[in-house]
Amino acid sequence: MRKSLITLTLCLTTAGIAATARAELTGTLQKIKDSGAITVGNRESSIPFSYLDAQQKPVGYAMDLCAKVVDAVKKELKMPNLQVKHQAVTSQNRIPLMQNGTIDLECGSTTNSVARQQQVGFSVAYFITSVRMGVRKDSGIKDIGDLNGKPVVTTTGTTSDGLIKQNEKGKSINVQNLYGKDHADSFLMVESGRAAAFVMDDILLAGLIANAKNPGDFAIVGPSLRDEPYGVMLRKDDAPFKALVDKTLIGLMKSGEAEKLYTKWFLNPIPPRSVNLNFPMSPALKAAFATPTDQGVE
Amino acid sequence: MNYHWDWLFFFQEADDGLMYYQWVLFGLGWTVAVSLTSLAIALLIGSVFGVMRTTSNRWLITIGDAYVDVFRNIPLIVQLFLWFFVLPELMPPKIGLWMKQDLPYFVTAVIGLGLFTGARIAEQVKAGINSLPRGQRFAGLALGFTEWQTYRYVRLPMAYRIVLPALTSEAMNVYKNSAVTYAVGILELYFQYKQIIEKTSQVLEITIVITLAYFLVAFATNRLFAWIETRSQVPGMIVGGQGGK
Repeated sequence: MRKSLITLTLCLTTAGIAATARAELTGTLQKIKDSGAITVGNRESSIPFSYLDAQQKPVGYAMDLCAKVVDAVKKELKMPNLQVKHQAVTSQNRIPLMQNGTIDLECGSTTNSVARQQQVGFSVAYFITSVRMGVRKDSGIKDIGDLNGKPVVTTTGTTSDGLIKQNEKGKSINVQNLYGKDHADSFLMVESGRAAAFVMDDILLAGLIANAKNPGDFAIVGPSLRDEPYGVMLRKDDAPFKALVDKTLIGLMKSGEAEKLYTKWFLNPIPPRSVNLNFPMSPALKAAFATPTDQGVE
Repeated sequence: MNYHWDWLFFFQEADDGLMYYQWVLFGLGWTVAVSLTSLAIALLIGSVFGVMRTTSNRWLITIGDAYVDVFRNIPLIVQLFLWFFVLPELMPPKIGLWMKQDLPYFVTAVIGLGLFTGARIAEQVKAGINSLPRGQRFAGLALGFTEWQTYRYVRLPMAYRIVLPALTSEAMNVYKNSAVTYAVGILELYFQYKQIIEKTSQVLEITIVITLAYFLVAFATNRLFAWIETRSQVPGMIVGGQGGK
């Protein structure tokens, strides 16, 4: 009995020493080092942030930024041959897959919100989207006030409905809320005349319009109902990994490299159909590059 | 897995002034409304087409078969999209616009789900009638019944009893299939599920609650039909009708 107790103590002490020897590494970095692989979560159709090109390879603005983060991880862990895996995620499963360790970072178009911060962590914002209205030009709708009594569509599972009511000018008007299954459906509702306006992130509207049959028929109008920061999603309370991701992203913003990537994806023809989104940098994004922040939206 | 459990979020106020548990209840209300209305449409249409397919009129049989083949072979979500997006464009512009702007989405949804389920019920009703011995019809005719009266008083009362277990499954399925109607803008349970996930990120709590809600309505329907089965038994006619017990 006594002997086995001593053995046990010895074992525990050895394990303890072994643990302290590599105490600098915790959380995700430790997991990456142990498994020899990092798994990047990507989206399949978040154009131009993270989507599949003609070869079914994930590409996009967020993917380019994350490639730099992966490079930094390789350097930090001194593992130049680190295996990089990609895992497609959806807006429904991205948070559970992050929590159960399937993915190590998610690079798509995920809004950094206070509610989500209960579950996951976020890097500094690399994009700011504004919620605005996509309308048919021939509808004559120019501002929120024009929506009174009209059907307005948003996509199921997004947070854009309700924003009209919160806007100063929107308080006095009544709209009829409609819901599309996904962004393509919601846009179809505007295109076919079921809805007068599609209230959504302006960059997503720009992508849908650029790919429409007649892009000239549509316009993005009205004030920003809300600005939402997009961040790289990480595991919650993993300070060392978050510090590394933030350092890398802030470095890219300060060196002007992030802006170059922005120009590549937002102001030039992009795969798979060589459509140009023509989406110049907003003042809000310029400010976010000048003073990076990881503050979430309410 | 470091999940942040928080069951109390159901009692938090959402941005429309209601609490999240009320969202779930409203969603459940729409699910039940869509399901029961669709089921009523389906039972009516399914019975009519099912009977048509057992008559001796070649035209009625062809129409009945065509309906069942078309509606059983197209996925439900595609059918809903056909009613919702395609049909208004095929109509004269004025009617199309009315369908798009004034016709409640509920109507489109229950017609879509009703016709889909109706095709399956038509198949079951036909099977039930065909399972009866031919002599039952002859006996009815010999008593002086018209063809219709043999259906009304002899064949259908037996056929429905025979296919009641299959109809029970169909009635339970309609609740589960009703989740698809979120795709045409019905604010039912699955819609609220997606909305609540997006607003609160409490994925596991809401998934558990929604799963239980679907289970409860489907199971309640199962028990209701089992009760009907027991109550409508004709002693000695169908062996082993234990009402699903």
